[in-house]
Amino acid sequence: MTPGPQAPRRYADSARPWWQRMLVSRDAAMIAVLALTVVVALATVDNFSSPVTATYLVLDVAPIVMLALPMTLVIITGEIDLSVASTVGLSSVLIGALYQAGLPMAVAVAVALAAGLLAGLVNGLLVTVVGLPSLAVTIGTLALYRGLAVGVLGTAAVTDFPDSWTGLVKAKLFGTVLPLVTVLLVVLALVFAVVLHLTSFGRGLYAIGLSNDTAVFSGVGVRRAKILLFMATGFTAALVGVYYTLRYGSARGDNASGMELSVIAAVLLGGVSIFGGRGAIPGVLAGAFLIGVLASALRLAGITSDVISILTGSLLVLSVVLTSVLSWVTRRRQTAAAKRSVQPPHEG
Amino acid sequence: MSPRTRLGAVIALGVGIVLAVAGCSADDGGAKSSGNGTGGAGKASYAITFLPKNLGNAYFDTSDAGGKAAIEEFGGTYAEVGPAESGPDAQVPFINTLTQQGADGIVVSANDPKAICDALNEARDNGTKVVTFDSDTNPECRDLFVNQATAEGIAKTQIDLVAEQIGKKGQIAILSSTPNATNQNAWIDIMKTYLASDYPDIELVEIAYGSDDDQTAFDKTAALLQSHPDLKGIVSPTTVGISAAARYLSTSAYKGKVVLTGLGTPNQMRDYVQDGTVTSFALWNPGDLGYLAAYAAKALIDGTITGAEGDSFDAGKLGTFKVGADSTVLLGDPFVFTKDNIGDFDF
Repeated sequence: MTPGPQAPRRYADSARPWWQRMLVSRDAAMIAVLALTVVVALATVDNFSSPVTATYLVLDVAPIVMLALPMTLVIITGEIDLSVASTVGLSSVLIGALYQAGLPMAVAVAVALAAGLLAGLVNGLLVTVVGLPSLAVTIGTLALYRGLAVGVLGTAAVTDFPDSWTGLVKAKLFGTVLPLVTVLLVVLALVFAVVLHLTSFGRGLYAIGLSNDTAVFSGVGVRRAKILLFMATGFTAALVGVYYTLRYGSARGDNASGMELSVIAAVLLGGVSIFGGRGAIPGVLAGAFLIGVLASALRLAGITSDVISILTGSLLVLSVVLTSVLSWVTRRRQTAAAKRSVQPPHEG
Repeated sequence: MSPRTRLGAVIALGVGIVLAVAGCSADDGGAKSSGNGTGGAGKASYAITFLPKNLGNAYFDTSDAGGKAAIEEFGGTYAEVGPAESGPDAQVPFINTLTQQGADGIVVSANDPKAICDALNEARDNGTKVVTFDSDTNPECRDLFVNQATAEGIAKTQIDLVAEQIGKKGQIAILSSTPNATNQNAWIDIMKTYLASDYPDIELVEIAYGSDDDQTAFDKTAALLQSHPDLKGIVSPTTVGISAAARYLSTSAYKGKVVLTGLGTPNQMRDYVQDGTVTSFALWNPGDLGYLAAYAAKALIDGTITGAEGDSFDAGKLGTFKVGADSTVLLGDPFVFTKDNIGDFDF
């Protein structure tokens, strides 16, 4: 009856077919909650069903979704990047200042994107080469990059951007209500999902998050991976800076202040563990859209912004608590099952 | 079948049902919305929404209460929405929501003159009238701006207040914010000209700078009083400066002897007005500002004005107002707060 020491271990979770595993996942639960929220909103909130809701929703959540993608990878490795919103602001004022100085818009955007890569590289080097905790490093660069952003333009704002560029944000995807930025979102989501879930690099990120040392000794290029991830967040933040500048037509040093917290909230709501090693892109996308849909529906229902904050915050706390409780229950059951299986039958 | 597998199946089924329902509902919703769009927006209802820079701000609580009073007078529907924090883009989702709801009028104090422009123009394309108050947007993004006061009015009112209290002669000083503050410098220039032309016996002996810092302004007040023993009055055209100066005066031997006036808010100045340190100070009345903005929105909705220069409209208890250049309406001279009326204000 008792399995011998040589018997292969059975992994209950992995033994089931992939589609079953997918349906019981945290991600599926998030997607279900999102779908349910949309259904309830459609049925009960006036004007939520008008097509323009989708336009505004995508425009509003686009920055959060874009930033949440690389942030997911960073948090899965057990690190964090709090400087993203400051990089957005820095990118925005760089575009403004350079365009005002007479450079073509394309050059200004290219410089801003390069600055984003550089900002990420600085974070990455400080975390990996100097070996400082990313929480401390990026709290520092949060202040540093924001300071630079405000320093470039002061309290002034650059506003006269060419219509050919600002029109890109207003443009719709051929014949639909979806704005053009949807394409960017889909492409970025696919890129990050493929990298995280279908490559050995992505599997290495989970290994880093579960145990940095084990990953190092298993041959995962930990330093290289982390530097690349911080550069990816920096670059994406700069891209969001471009989007932000074009959407609002206003380059200001305080653009996107505090956005880092909305991004991290979306990532955690999407089921990514703040301790690293756990999480997936579909859940994060659902989390980011859930926050957006809730805010949109509640605003349309006439709920004030303080109540919206309270509800979104409670949802986040609830989701984190539920995840911990569920994993505690699972562990208890597994331990109990393991105990039963090693006990000799006559004592049971 | 293990318990875990069964759980999986149940969740799978649940998700399937939810998605199916979502699909159906989406179709229903589309049809319903077009119905709402045509039937919902009646002009006679005056659905006017106030959108302050942020909620929980006593200044906007006062202005929006004025707007509410006006809207109730002409039988409209008042609402107030706004972000918790005043970021440049924070008002955009609220404007979009109002566009979707087909609001008749939006009365907004802009956090950024450009960032909310596109959203406001979408609302206007949709038939919503847009009035800005307190902080304007670029002129092409709104129908009308209700301006609280002009630089001329602000400067002259403060000089009149101090001149009246010191008997139109003697030494005065100005306690400003910073040497390069645009607003303050513009006002001070007008004050100098006005003093020279209308009050030749008043001598402006010093312009001190409190840097909009409470402690610095407090120290500068002490220094002004020491270096000018014959000083009769201090004008502080900044809310930080006037309250710091009042705090210094209230516990000093100069209390009641040196006149202090300027721009302040009732909540900051209440104690000093009640204990006699300060007789009067100026600012606009945010309640009247909101009241006027609401009536401006009504006139635009009615079509009695379009925002063109020379248009005039009725604003209830405040009388009739004329639209000036750049589609701007001026509330009037600043409001003077004294012991008698300060109890009516809470901002």
